[in-house]
Amino acid sequence: MKRFIGFIKKEFFHIFRDRRSLFILFGMPIAQIMLFGFAITNEINNVDIAVLDHSKDATTKEIINKISASKYFSINQFIDRESDIEIIFKKGKVKAVLNFEEGFSKKLIKDNKATIQIITDATDPNTANTISNYVNAILQQYQKGLNEDITIAYQIVPQTRMVYNPELKSVYMFVPGVMTIILMLVSAMMTSISITREKELGTMEILLVSPIKPIQVIVGKVFPYIFLSIINAIVIVVLSIFIFKMPVQGNLFLLGFESVLFIITALALGILISTISATQQTAMMISLMGLMLPVILLSGFIFPISSMPIPLQVISNIIPAKWFIIIIKGIMLKGVGLQYLWKETLILVGMTIFFMGLSVKKYKIRLE
Amino acid sequence: MNKKNVIEAQNLTKMFGDFTAVNAISFDVKKGEIFGFLGANGAGKTTAMKMLIGISKPTSGAAKVAGFDVFTNAEDIKKNIGYMSQKFALYDDLTVKENITFFGGIYGLSRKSIKEKSAVLIEELGLEKVASKLVGSLPLGWKQKLSFSVSLLHDPKIVFLDEPTGGVDPITRRQFWEMIYKAANQGTTVFVTTHYMDEAEYCDRVSIMVNGKIEALDTPKKLKQQFNVANMNDVFLKLARG
Repeated sequence: MKRFIGFIKKEFFHIFRDRRSLFILFGMPIAQIMLFGFAITNEINNVDIAVLDHSKDATTKEIINKISASKYFSINQFIDRESDIEIIFKKGKVKAVLNFEEGFSKKLIKDNKATIQIITDATDPNTANTISNYVNAILQQYQKGLNEDITIAYQIVPQTRMVYNPELKSVYMFVPGVMTIILMLVSAMMTSISITREKELGTMEILLVSPIKPIQVIVGKVFPYIFLSIINAIVIVVLSIFIFKMPVQGNLFLLGFESVLFIITALALGILISTISATQQTAMMISLMGLMLPVILLSGFIFPISSMPIPLQVISNIIPAKWFIIIIKGIMLKGVGLQYLWKETLILVGMTIFFMGLSVKKYKIRLE
Repeated sequence: MNKKNVIEAQNLTKMFGDFTAVNAISFDVKKGEIFGFLGANGAGKTTAMKMLIGISKPTSGAAKVAGFDVFTNAEDIKKNIGYMSQKFALYDDLTVKENITFFGGIYGLSRKSIKEKSAVLIEELGLEKVASKLVGSLPLGWKQKLSFSVSLLHDPKIVFLDEPTGGVDPITRRQFWEMIYKAANQGTTVFVTTHYMDEAEYCDRVSIMVNGKIEALDTPKKLKQQFNVANMNDVFLKLARG
C-alpha cells in the first residue's frame, strides 16, 4: 500500500509539472463548455434581413413591424429592386430577404390570399432553415390575429409542445456532449499518453523489474486521472447549472455514479490504447482519431443517429459515448432513474469489462 | 546449487516464433563477481538478461537467480536484484531527492532508511547543490551515476547493468567503473553488458555471445591467451567474424 501511495504521489508530480497536460486537464473543459454554450449554437438571434416591399401598404408595414420587433431579426435595409437581392446576399451580411408582392393588402382582402417570398442564404443550411421557420411562425401568428372573429367550418389546430427542452435551447444538447468528449479525452487520451511515456522513457522496464506488480503500476497510473476526471465532471455540471441554467431533473448521485462508470470505461480504453502503441505520439493519434472523431460524429451528440445510414447506425452502437449521452440526457433533462437506464448502464459495464480483459491479455503477451 | 553461485543458467533458450534469440546458453556467476556479458547488437544479450531479471519467460532450459527459479519465483528475484537499463531511466521531471524517494518506495524501503540512504548517496555523488533540482537539468554523466546508485538503493544481491556507459565521456566512464568496483567489493554481484571492449578488460570474467550462443567464457587474460591476441577487441573480432 505504501508503495502504491508513493506511486500516486509521483504521478501527481508528473501532471502538475507538465503545463501542457495541466492545460488540457483543466483549461480545455472550461474553454469547451464556454465555446459550445455561448458561441456555437443552433438558435438565431438578431439575424440581419432585408425587405423588398412592392406594395408598402398598411398590412406589409404591420408584418414588417412584427418581424423587426422580434428578438430574432433586425431589418438591415430596404431594397427596391429584385436585382438587388443577389447583390446583398453576395455581400454576406444579410441572411434573408422578405419579398412582398405588389398590392399585398388589396389582394388579401379581395382574393383572401397574398404572397410573401422568403429568400434565405442557404450557404449555411441549418440557419437558413431556422430563419424560414421563425418567419413562418411569426406570419402564422399574424394571420391568426386577422382571423380571430371568423369561424372556419373545419379546422385542424396542431398544438405543438416541446417537452424536456421547451425553449429548444441548444446548450441542453451541448452540455451532455461536451461532458462526454471531455471525460473521454481526459481519461482515455491522458492515461494512454502517460503510460506510453513510461514505455518510451524506459522507466516502465525499470518498474517491471522492481517488486511493484504490473497491476499496481496500471492502477497507480490511472488513479490520478479518475480523481481529476471526477473534478472535471463536477466543474462541467456546476458551470452548466449556474451559467447556462441547465436543469438536473434527476438524481445527482445517479449522475455521479454514471459519470464515474463512463470515466472507468474511458480509462480502460486508454489502457488498451497504451498497450498497442509504443510512443506517446501514436497514443495521441489513436486517441484523437479513434476516440474523439467517433464521439463527435457518431455518438448522436451533434448528428442524430436515427437519420444516419443504417451501417453507421450499427457502428454507433459500439461507441461508449452514445450510451453515456443517452444516460446523461435522461438524467439531466428527463429526470429518469435507473429503471429506465439500466440497459445503457449494463452496456457500459460490459464494454468496460471487455476493454479491461483485452488490455490484460495484450499486456501479458507483451511480457512473454 | 553451489553456494558461491548467485546466477546459474542451464541451456536457457528463448524463441520468438521460429527465430531463436537465445540458444541454450549455460553459465554460472559467482558472488561478488563482475561478469561481463558481451556480444554484437542483436546477438541476444538483452533477451538473455530479460529472462534473468524476470520480465521475459524462457522457452526452455533452467536458471536460478539469487537462489530463485526464473520460472516459478520471478517475484522473489525482483526483490533481490537491481537493474539499470541502457536508456537512462530516472524521471526527468522529478528532483534528485524525489527520484530517490520514489525508487526507494517501490522497493519497499522504510521512510527512515530512504532518508538516511539518500543523504549518504547525495553526499557520495557530490550532488548536494542540485538535490532539489529536476533530474532533467543534470548532465548525462551525473544522471548515469545517480541511476546506478538508485539501482543499488535496496542493497540488491545482484545488479544488472544493460550497457550502462553508452554515450558517456571517458572520464565519467572511468568514474562509473570505480563505482562498479566499489559495489563488487561490498559483495554485490555485477552483471554488465557492454559494447566497449576496454571495459571488458575490467571484468573478472566475460562471456561473448554470437548469434544467440555463448562462444567464449573466461577471464579476459585467458581469453587473450586462448585466441593469441593482445586485447579483448581482437578476441571479439575473431569470434564475431567466425
